[in-house]
Amino acid sequence: MALAVENLSVARGGLPLLAGVHFRVAAGQALILRGPNGSGKTTLLRSIAGLQKPTSGRVECAEDAIAYAAHSDGLKSNLTVSENLAFWADVFGNDDISPALEGFDLKSLSDRPAHALSAGQKRRLGLARLLVTGRPIWVLDEPTVSLDQTFVAMFADVVKSHLAGGGSALIATHIDLGIEAETLDISVFKTDPTADLGAFDEAFL
Amino acid sequence: MRALLRRDLTLAFRSGGGFGLGLAFFLIVAILVPFAVGPENALLSKIAAGILWLGALLACLLSLDRIFALDWEDGTLDLLATAPVPLEMVCAAKALAHWLTTGLPLTLAAPVLGILLSLPPEGYVWLIASLLLGTPALSVIGTFGAALTVGIKRGGLLLSLLVLPLYVPTLIFGAEVARRGAEGLTVTTPLALMSGVSLAVIAVLPFVSALVLRVNLR
Repeated sequence: MALAVENLSVARGGLPLLAGVHFRVAAGQALILRGPNGSGKTTLLRSIAGLQKPTSGRVECAEDAIAYAAHSDGLKSNLTVSENLAFWADVFGNDDISPALEGFDLKSLSDRPAHALSAGQKRRLGLARLLVTGRPIWVLDEPTVSLDQTFVAMFADVVKSHLAGGGSALIATHIDLGIEAETLDISVFKTDPTADLGAFDEAFL
Repeated sequence: MRALLRRDLTLAFRSGGGFGLGLAFFLIVAILVPFAVGPENALLSKIAAGILWLGALLACLLSLDRIFALDWEDGTLDLLATAPVPLEMVCAAKALAHWLTTGLPLTLAAPVLGILLSLPPEGYVWLIASLLLGTPALSVIGTFGAALTVGIKRGGLLLSLLVLPLYVPTLIFGAEVARRGAEGLTVTTPLALMSGVSLAVIAVLPFVSALVLRVNLR
């Protein structure tokens, strides 16, 4: 089992959003998260990625296994496409960025500074980062924003080959990616936002 | 950590990277002071060491809010926090990059500006020594302040207010080393105290910065 979430509760800005979230994602499998805007998808994914403490519950996975990609891509506009990728590859201890460039059709753009890219091209660069991390579990928050249909299909292919290689993915999205995967509607875990959080350290929020 | 340092240095030297901002400010201060206090050599050489230290400190302050704010805005900080580098290391690398692009150039420029302020010849060695040993503390303390205020819109003002009192010991001892050096007195005591402050903050603050960064990232 690559990723197991048990009885997880998350809050945002001191307000509880979700309670009792539980699911499992096996190696080679993907899970699609759905839910209306503001239902807590991002908060849930941030908790799983370890950026935010859940109010209760557990996330079980191997250490340093999760690659997280969110709305912002972490690109430096003054660096070129290949410099941006090379930096992340270096941070994650890889040195080969060519598969990532090819996977998202960025070869022809590799010397262009990131500020000269279109929104969709930036997104592709941000997603290409996943390939240089070399990590098995991808936690993706709305990965297809500003991608056109061709590149959504290309992204789906990359995810499929990642799954075929024994990786797994947890994807929050509103569109149909064409990936064979279970779908989980997180609105069933919705909780009463007025519930008392007890000793939660809201001084920090 | 090497990757982060290299990237920060590359960014600083590219257009819009902010390298040179502190240096230009330092230059302006040192050039304008003689106009403001009058061209009296005796007075200038008396206050030169203090002016240069104050100028260096304020120039350092100018670029502090860039340390984490830019990485926070574009999401890099979130991604770095989930990367296999400890956040303590990230803070140390950030402070080192800030020193290399601010503290070190200021130290190298100070003797040239010392001529403009008619700093006595004996003062140059100790001016450079005090800046070389004191400015790392300014960068490390500044990184801590930047970590505290990351995510706050227009956090620059708050950052200056938080950091200024922490800068006072380094300023007092650093300027004292430079002043005593210029007057030909022994500098051992202030030099030891200033180096002590620098070493202590370098040893402790990266850990504290990482701690507050984790809180701010939630």
